[in-house]
Amino acid sequence: MPFIPHTKQDVEAMLGAIGVDSIDDLFDEVPRSLRGCELTNVPAGMNEMQVGRLMQERAAQDGIYTNFIGGGAYEHHIPAAVWELTTRGEFYSAYTPYQAEASQGTLQLLYEFQSMIAALTGMEVANASLYDGASSLAEAVLAVVRAAKKSNRILMPRTVSPIYRKVVQTIVKHQNIEIIEVPFTDSGGRITVDSLTQCPVDGVAALVVPQPNYFGVLEDGDALTDWAHERGLRVIGLVNPTALALLKPPGDWGAQGADIAVGEGQPLGVPLSSGGPYFGFMCAKQKLVRQMPGRIVGKTVDARGIPGFTLTLQAREQHIRRSKATSNICTNQGLMVTAATIYMALLGPTGLRRVAAQCHHNARRLLNLLGDVSGVERVFDRPFFHEGVLRLPQAVAGVLRALEAQGIAGGIDLSHDYPELGDAVLVCATDTRTDAEMDVYAEHLDRILSRRRLDPPCAQKLAGNE
Amino acid sequence: MLIFDQSVPDRVNPSQAPAVDADVSDIPTAHLRDQPPQLPEVSELQTVRHYTRLSQKNFSIDTHLYPLGSCTMKYNPRACNKYAMLPQFLMRHPLSAVSTGQGFLKCLYELQEILKDVTGMAGVSLTPLAGAQGEFAGVAMIRAYHDARNDQRTEILVPDAAHGTNPATATMCGYQVREIPTDASGDVDLEALRSFVGPQTAGLMLTNPSTLGVFERTIEDIAHLVHSAGGLLYFDGANLNAIVGKVKPGDMGFDVIHMNLHKTFSTPHGGGGPGAGPVGVNDRLLPYLPVPIVGENNGDYVWLTEYELPQSIGRLSAHMGNAGVLLRAYIYARLLGRDGLLRVAEYATLNANYLAKRLHDHGVELAYPDRRAAHEFIVTLKKLKDETTVIAMDVAKRLLDKGYHAPTVYFPLLVPECFLIEPTETETKHELDGFVDAVVEIFKEAHSDPELVKTAPHTTPVGRLDEVKAARELDLTWKPV
Repeated sequence: MPFIPHTKQDVEAMLGAIGVDSIDDLFDEVPRSLRGCELTNVPAGMNEMQVGRLMQERAAQDGIYTNFIGGGAYEHHIPAAVWELTTRGEFYSAYTPYQAEASQGTLQLLYEFQSMIAALTGMEVANASLYDGASSLAEAVLAVVRAAKKSNRILMPRTVSPIYRKVVQTIVKHQNIEIIEVPFTDSGGRITVDSLTQCPVDGVAALVVPQPNYFGVLEDGDALTDWAHERGLRVIGLVNPTALALLKPPGDWGAQGADIAVGEGQPLGVPLSSGGPYFGFMCAKQKLVRQMPGRIVGKTVDARGIPGFTLTLQAREQHIRRSKATSNICTNQGLMVTAATIYMALLGPTGLRRVAAQCHHNARRLLNLLGDVSGVERVFDRPFFHEGVLRLPQAVAGVLRALEAQGIAGGIDLSHDYPELGDAVLVCATDTRTDAEMDVYAEHLDRILSRRRLDPPCAQKLAGNE
Repeated sequence: MLIFDQSVPDRVNPSQAPAVDADVSDIPTAHLRDQPPQLPEVSELQTVRHYTRLSQKNFSIDTHLYPLGSCTMKYNPRACNKYAMLPQFLMRHPLSAVSTGQGFLKCLYELQEILKDVTGMAGVSLTPLAGAQGEFAGVAMIRAYHDARNDQRTEILVPDAAHGTNPATATMCGYQVREIPTDASGDVDLEALRSFVGPQTAGLMLTNPSTLGVFERTIEDIAHLVHSAGGLLYFDGANLNAIVGKVKPGDMGFDVIHMNLHKTFSTPHGGGGPGAGPVGVNDRLLPYLPVPIVGENNGDYVWLTEYELPQSIGRLSAHMGNAGVLLRAYIYARLLGRDGLLRVAEYATLNANYLAKRLHDHGVELAYPDRRAAHEFIVTLKKLKDETTVIAMDVAKRLLDKGYHAPTVYFPLLVPECFLIEPTETETKHELDGFVDAVVEIFKEAHSDPELVKTAPHTTPVGRLDEVKAARELDLTWKPV
């Protein structure tokens, strides 16, 4: 019996001690009409070797592609030590540190995480993580609306990831919150104070400022933050943690700094993993600390004065406040934060800055290379971090399929979410991309675009035969 | 010592980052930070040693019996981790084409099918990132169902013994929460429920077996009562491991369910996440499932999104749920198979009843002595407190000294001085006997040397922590001296 250690003798002794004849007798309080169901769609069990073979086959079917996709999840080098340490059983198989004395490892690590992420964002306080970047943005919206008391509208730029905007909609839908879209400028791909002046400010609790934004473009954090604060709005910074090793942190934006900073933590040592698990982070000004959802770790002392760490401000949470809690959130993403903390410690400020700079350098090279391909044009002309938008002379989907046949994951087709941009594709290069890989991408793109013009129906097939 | 205390300026790990600073002069200085972030500057060995030592300050399933009730701390098979971390799965970008992830999607599709079978539901979505998010999805679907029928309902009913996420979730979905009392035998008070249900009732959230560690014997009556009033029945799958393969929630009359894969399907708890909280629904809630869902079309696997399912409650996360956790659950299900899953419920129940009986034989008071324990049970230490002034928390802390993680304490709230104890099926009889011996010893100590127990733990890296100070003098981040 997999993972059940009982011998026949054990079972007999245990049933004897309980005073029943069979294990089935232990279910005698279940109404008879409900008992005796059968699992018809669960296959028979396999041993580890068989399951291993099955999973290897499934993985081999998927293959590995040279990745130029970003859009909120980024491929970075992850030092070997990160997951060697993270999957230690003492981290991997522990739970939420309810018994602080028996969980000082996890608790201290979370305190160190809070310190590091607060340092990166330039904010005063941080929680111990949330589910992912998108749901963190939704939680930030809920937090600022709670703090504002009477204001229930949010200014949400169209330069925020379309998926994030959908997630926010799902999560805040029942709280009577209105999300107002802020348009972006045609040539800059960013929002400006001018685009904001068209928006209402009455009853608005906060402005969301993505940095970099979904197009990879840098927003003017200073001007946008000051604009919002001058009108009594709070500012939610939606930031990429890798970029923050280089870029001005939200805590320093404008005269007063952003009020809350959230983002996707995946770039900090978490593999792409087909979509998860990742983790979200939330940092804030001290005065908003009680509006933060999720676990928060604080430093304190024991009876002998020895420093230690414990979960704190639990009166915000569902297990104490039930229907009046700040959120229904129970767990954080502890194991992902373990990886991120070790990642940040290994890289340090210098290493992380070099990663960020290399990402930017590679993205600039890629955008120049691809932008030079005949018929391709750069869509926006503003400073960017590690991705950018290109307009192709033909439908993006077919081009991406042809690239895929060459082992290249070429980018994100923007034509559904941003039809106004035409046949636009979002491409990304991080520290893991080599010059040779970028050159190959440019060569294939050139070939695919030019052949297709000559002989459209066969372009894909020819590409596949090479 | 914190990692920051080991930091020395200009110490770098050259093998972990690009060797040089690439040129970023095209980014205007107004966008750049003027001070580097205060991250530690430590060597790779310092880092490895520091976090190895920290890990050793944790109790975990791999090192200790961890009978935390309602949390299901059972063995996390190593194979699940190893085969979920194959490079093709890890390196795949979530937004890459489905054609590049057919193997991955097939695993997820089959997991959906397995979960449908286990729960007796018509459809499953894997996207919720944790149990609490699954609850949110479930209640949001109840709301979408009533809204689509133009049926304005305002209330969600939850038992007073419910997990705190239930009422918190109902509030997030815009409902008022009404608590139903529990009767003396631990079942939902049917008479009270009868007087509570009405045209305002959107639904009832229930865990079965309940958080009191007993099976709701009148579940069929409860379902009838709620359905007759036009409400829907929500199954909190926190305790699915107690009945998996034995009873299907769909057969009990539930319309919607969330599952905590880190419980029943043994994915790791990771020091508090990541979890995974898939939801299952019957036919009437099928159109509202959160997206994306894996669909199958002549052997090809595709994502079904808001375009194919326009009535969906929407997206809950940036991608498709905690994929790596889902893969671990899938691998676990394939290792166990249908017979293995059935044995999870059987042996979890056997271990709980054995442990309950043995503790009871030693004079530990059971909260519901006339009831059969499910996969977990409650003891109350009120008598011990009256006799010795030692409280449940003291006993919990003293258990740490004896090498056992404490059970869940003071939950559910309606039983005084309680422990909620869940041994799980992966523990041996020998280990359970050791736990009984430890409790018996502590009861003796409580009488002979109560101070010893009240000042416990004595062997952990720190003693009992000043939580009041932690909350009053908030220190949430390290600051340079």
